[in-house]
Amino acid sequence: MKYQTVIGLEVHLQLNTKTKAFCGCPIEFGQVPNSGVCPVCLGFPGTLPVYNKEALNSALKVALAFSCQIQEHTKFDRKNYFYPDLPKNYQISQFDLPLSRNGYLDIISEGKAKRIGITRVHLEEDAGKLIHESSASLVDFNRTGVPLLEIVSEPDLFSPQEAFDYLTNLKNIIEYLDVSDCDMEKGSLRCDANISLRPEGAKELGVKTELKNMNSFKGVKDALTYEVIRQTEMLESGRAMAQETRLWDADKGITVSMRNKEGAKDYRYFPDPDLTVFIIDQDMVSGIKAKLPELPQEKIRRFMQEYGLSEYDAKILTSSKKDAQFAEECIRKYPGTDKKTMVNWLIGPLLSESNSRKLNLYELNLNKDELISLIGFVENQSISHLSAKLVLTQMIDSQKPAGLIIKENNMLQISDTAELEQIVSAVIQENEKSVSSFKSGKTGALMFLVGQVMKKSAGKANPKLVGDLVKRRLTDA
Amino acid sequence: MELSQLTAHELLDKLKNGQAAPKGILDSLCARMQGLEPKVKAYARFKSADKLSLNAQAGGLLAGLPITIKDNICTEGLNTECCSKILENFRPPYDATVISKLKSAGCSIFPLKANMDEFAFGSSTENSYFGPTHNPWNLECVPGGSSGGSAAAVASDEAIWALGSDTGGSIRQPASFCGVVGLKPTYGRVSRFGLIAFASSLDQIGPITKDVEDAAILTRVISGYDPNDSTSVNQDVPDYVESLGKDIKGLKIGIPKEYFIEGMDAQVKSVIEEAINKLKSLGAVSGQVSLPHTQYAVPVYYIIATAEASSNLARFDGVQYGYRAKSDSLIEMYKKTRAEGFGEEAKRRIILGTFALSHGYYDAYYLRALKVRTLIKNDFDAVFKDFDFIVAPTSPTPAFKIGERAQDPLKMYLSDIYTISVNLAGIPAISIPCGFTKDGLPVGLQVMARPFNEEMLFRLAHAFEQNTEWHKIKPRL
Repeated sequence: MKYQTVIGLEVHLQLNTKTKAFCGCPIEFGQVPNSGVCPVCLGFPGTLPVYNKEALNSALKVALAFSCQIQEHTKFDRKNYFYPDLPKNYQISQFDLPLSRNGYLDIISEGKAKRIGITRVHLEEDAGKLIHESSASLVDFNRTGVPLLEIVSEPDLFSPQEAFDYLTNLKNIIEYLDVSDCDMEKGSLRCDANISLRPEGAKELGVKTELKNMNSFKGVKDALTYEVIRQTEMLESGRAMAQETRLWDADKGITVSMRNKEGAKDYRYFPDPDLTVFIIDQDMVSGIKAKLPELPQEKIRRFMQEYGLSEYDAKILTSSKKDAQFAEECIRKYPGTDKKTMVNWLIGPLLSESNSRKLNLYELNLNKDELISLIGFVENQSISHLSAKLVLTQMIDSQKPAGLIIKENNMLQISDTAELEQIVSAVIQENEKSVSSFKSGKTGALMFLVGQVMKKSAGKANPKLVGDLVKRRLTDA
Repeated sequence: MELSQLTAHELLDKLKNGQAAPKGILDSLCARMQGLEPKVKAYARFKSADKLSLNAQAGGLLAGLPITIKDNICTEGLNTECCSKILENFRPPYDATVISKLKSAGCSIFPLKANMDEFAFGSSTENSYFGPTHNPWNLECVPGGSSGGSAAAVASDEAIWALGSDTGGSIRQPASFCGVVGLKPTYGRVSRFGLIAFASSLDQIGPITKDVEDAAILTRVISGYDPNDSTSVNQDVPDYVESLGKDIKGLKIGIPKEYFIEGMDAQVKSVIEEAINKLKSLGAVSGQVSLPHTQYAVPVYYIIATAEASSNLARFDGVQYGYRAKSDSLIEMYKKTRAEGFGEEAKRRIILGTFALSHGYYDAYYLRALKVRTLIKNDFDAVFKDFDFIVAPTSPTPAFKIGERAQDPLKMYLSDIYTISVNLAGIPAISIPCGFTKDGLPVGLQVMARPFNEEMLFRLAHAFEQNTEWHKIKPRL
């Protein structure tokens, strides 16, 4: 039997607000354990939460970017469970009145456009961090109370690759909004996945598995891929699937069943009486909406219109906010009349540099003026395109100015006809065979001779000029 | 008369005139305590009054006057244990907002905390880890609860005045049993920050005093919006003392027919009827009113209050503070700590509340209780369209014997039948002394008013007090 994979993702996003969700503790990474805390986030007796308006603002930005419906009334609920990283033994979250619902995210996966439903975006507080040592477990409450956004997708993803593309797109949008660091390794973005298989064509969803403990997008994809195989085997062998939570073991590349407790879990959600139901001011929502930054989709459209980019190139340049910013600044700064020249540099040599270094464009730390100066050398034929690529590599490696590198390496192109004539004469003398084969009609010999001239000039000869000179000499003679 | 026997406003006059000093007041209180405390047991950890000293505040409105605080209100550096083993030796690193306000008004916080039912669970102060408090009017009787320590201390002149907390009658009922004045302010009038929560949507801190003027002074000091409490209301605090001395001619008092029913002690009934006649003779106009959902108040209260309590008390787990049982594993530690740390009644309420919030029962219990709560509130709104006050007994009976109801929780819960609705509706109510039974036990008159109409309560209560002698009668100890 053929099976269809159905995946839904639950993304948790730490918001980069100045202070925690329900107290005034400043949020900083890398603090000494248990130093970024106060009686409120430690859940000391008698303390009360007060919600952080900045966190609500950020949450609304995200919800609006995913075209969610913002609810008029919202409230916080308590999710009750005992765990040492949760000082109150309940988490302030949102249950039946999340601040937004029914959004979507458009993705392109394996060449196909697809709209993925977003069930809800809601605000909650993060728990602390447990550090397990051999003799004891330690708890660090610095993270406790950091505002967390939960973004739940519909089960609209039908392959591990789609899940991966959904996450990449989601992260890109969040980066555009500048509300989170989105760093899975640092834990500021976390993703749990629900996956089930059903016979092709079936409407009912199969028994789902919840996957946890993935710490990269690739990990999510790998874990899902593993699960597809595991579940297919289970189903084909006729064994009953149990609803369970499984942990991804990245080292072994397998998922392992966690304690099977899902069925019995009762969080006893109820409205947090310390935080009253509140109305989301629709004017504020319109204000946030109006001030939303340009999101990837719009940017792609604009890049295509303003800079004549192809959709493909525009997508590449906008795939991260900082890259798009870098690219656009380069294009804007470029003084030449044909902006396409700069665009070609960005999607050509620069992108190949960033790819080979596994860095983003902006991370190349390239000085924009120096890049423009380098392109200038090429445009006025002072250096060859080939040399320019070498200069670019050195600029990135050494951070030296383009002009200096060209000078130090004596790379200025020889465009002096007299000087070139001498080299051409020498090459013609040394390659009589080629000369005669050209004369007998083998035009390919011309390219060989030009190549020899370039070689003799150590690549510095202006190739166009050389071509003209060689051709003239051969046809004149 | 000894200084300890005076009211706060009398002492303030003496302090201003130089006829008394804070030290003298403390000495007088200590002398009183030394003799009486072994019998009354109004304080949680009394051993000897020998070494007590005051951190007298310089100047201010309250000029160094000491105040006794219930054991569930956080006082920086002073034991705040909710009279529970589980909070053994807990010393909060912060003051409750009411304590900060008192300190900045010049009040001195009495170093011993007032006894109470564990976590305010009870109506008799028998459920204290430190043992029961005795009623100053009859040492074999309970002082009421849960603020029984505060009320007994004020009634026996072991305190000048005190703060209590009222979730279902915990200020008014002990005030009534001990023949003193007790006010439950409007929900949101006084900050709950630093009050160790029992039921967050019902709890309010309020004064327990020897007369109405003291209650007015104290309420003024502790009231007001607190940005640290999202449920506190941003509304101006009037000068309540100014409302004293005004007549009550033409003010309309409603007598709820549902309160004068079977189960009310005949002597209490006649004392209350006399008190109502007194009010009428002072010019108040009375009429019968109906609060049709009164019969549901007790069940609704015990669902909402225990549900909130079950979650509020989850934080007492032995991890960060208070009592921790020795054990080898986390789950064992949780279980043993809570089994050994909480008393009977606390466990009963945690279980009740956990049940009410559980999956499958939530709709039938908690959700329905919230709906009925709205109906109860609507009852009051309807009456207050035509009437300025509702007048009723504070408690259906006078103080009962220690041990009499301890084994019958249902009978104990009915002690609060007249006070609970006020908390569910969020309105203010005051209990004032209005007479005695033949056995010499005090009876309290309860007056309720519209939200944020404490001013009117003080006005009526003061008019009654100025025309009666009940508040001047002291227990013979």
